[in-house]
Amino acid sequence: MMNRVASIAWHTFKESVRERVLYNLIVFALLLLGAAILFGSISVGIERIIIVNLGLSSIAVFGLMMAIFIGITLVWKEIDRRTIFSILSKPVRRAEFIFGKYAGLMLTLLINTAIMTAGFYLALFYVKRTLEFADLVALQAVYFILLQLAMVVGLALLFSCITTPVLAAVFTFSLYVIGNFLNDIRWFGQETGSPLVMKFTAAIYYLLPNFSNFNVIGQIAHGQRVPGYLLIANSFYALLYVAILLSAAILIFEQREFK
Amino acid sequence: MERVAVEVLTEDMFAVETIDLTKDYTVGFWRKRPKRALDVLTLQVRVGEIFGLLGPNGAGKSTTLKLLVRLIFPTSGTARILGRGLDEVAIRARIGFLPENPYFYDHLTAHEFLTYAADLFGLGKNERCRRVGELLEKVGLVGSENVALRKFSKGMLQRVGIAQALINDPELVFLDEPMSGLDPLGRRETRDLILELKAAGKTVFFSTHILSDAEMLCDRVAILDRGRLQGCGELREILNLGVSVTEIVLDNPLSNLVEGLRALSTRIVRTGERVRVEISEESRVARALNLILKQGGRIVSVNPVKMSLEDYFMASVSGAADKVYGSRNVEIPLAKQ
Repeated sequence: MMNRVASIAWHTFKESVRERVLYNLIVFALLLLGAAILFGSISVGIERIIIVNLGLSSIAVFGLMMAIFIGITLVWKEIDRRTIFSILSKPVRRAEFIFGKYAGLMLTLLINTAIMTAGFYLALFYVKRTLEFADLVALQAVYFILLQLAMVVGLALLFSCITTPVLAAVFTFSLYVIGNFLNDIRWFGQETGSPLVMKFTAAIYYLLPNFSNFNVIGQIAHGQRVPGYLLIANSFYALLYVAILLSAAILIFEQREFK
Repeated sequence: MERVAVEVLTEDMFAVETIDLTKDYTVGFWRKRPKRALDVLTLQVRVGEIFGLLGPNGAGKSTTLKLLVRLIFPTSGTARILGRGLDEVAIRARIGFLPENPYFYDHLTAHEFLTYAADLFGLGKNERCRRVGELLEKVGLVGSENVALRKFSKGMLQRVGIAQALINDPELVFLDEPMSGLDPLGRRETRDLILELKAAGKTVFFSTHILSDAEMLCDRVAILDRGRLQGCGELREILNLGVSVTEIVLDNPLSNLVEGLRALSTRIVRTGERVRVEISEESRVARALNLILKQGGRIVSVNPVKMSLEDYFMASVSGAADKVYGSRNVEIPLAKQ
């Protein structure tokens, strides 16, 4: 089983790497980091804050773009181009196919994020002329970005199983945006004092993916560490949410017919 | 390589067995309604035979194959391949499948795609390299193995498709329109390949609408039309169903001889100096020949015209029987096993 998942994952990774859009995104990220260097050099005293903010934000944005735009076509492209016929007619379980596709895109994002992180540290080194142990704290933000990407890929993959890429992109992006404001939505519900609104906002809070707890870039830019409990809680939350999303994708995909 | 428990399949076992296999698709946007693509198909394919599934477009050939490889699910009925249920994933390690008009990953080369296919069967490195090399040679892609598939012609893609269907050295091969897109040389090579598979003891189940291919290759055929099985039988039996008509060609006969033959024949056609007389009843052939000899007619040829697969196909496909045979009734063995 693991061999087949690994084969599909490796093939998905290879496909992503050979898509030119991937290279473009890396180039864009590097350009943005170049801009960060420029801003850093003209902002006396706060260059570190600017570089960390801009660098980590660009890693998050470019990672998110890749996760959505590759994720939404992961399964759809295989069905549309009928390449799936020759895969599922082999001894491949449909769940293995979904796991493989997911793992392949995550591997792509992991490597891509690692390259961008290396670029970020280079930019930081360029501005500060030194790197301290305290700068490693930025890796906590990178880890949270990866956890967010894991959830976004899960969402994109789920929607890729049930709808067209355009709708899948709209749904995934909408949920990502809503997920970033879930804490505010719940607070708003409590502020209204209406039991109905409170129940509704609480339901949304618990059901939709909560991305707001993962955004620690501002904190990190100001040299604050992420509390240990948040690292653990976010890790478990992301793991659980990805498991739910992949289970739903598999359930849908198991019923799907390929005419 | 993952395999189900090793079984010895004997010739009296069925490689494929469908029982009342039915598939309905839902059509319509606002008012959804079922459309029957396959209607209670019951047939059996014996181990080691080449079985052809014939039918016009939309007959249900691809639907049958997709049901058998579990790309779609039956509305009702069941099927077994190599003695096992279709829902057993491991059984697919023993089969190969070529989809209709195959399309593979643009970004891969033929070598990479076959390697990927081999990996999905869990072939070890040595076996994988050997099979990929063998099949590239067998389908005539040596020299093009490192070219991206996006640069391949339809015929070359078909060859890649055949190679990937055979990568696991399957016992049973499903080929959906295997000759589609191939040039005459490619078709001949594919025919040879199918015959090679049979010689190696494999079962080949393929769909086609090219009757000459079926006539050359198949041990048995089934004919589908609008989802229903119209006929099924051994090709030898079909092609020897009997003499449907005897054709006598005469060289410049006298007009009173032609008039005399008119009463005995079903059709008389004059082409230049030659006259072709078609006689459907065997008892009348001798009487016609006697008459010709008596009146000094010059016989060019006497040919018993046997039923071709095309005649059988045309007679099987709904509504066509009368056009082909007129009032003569040709018995088509229905779903004969």
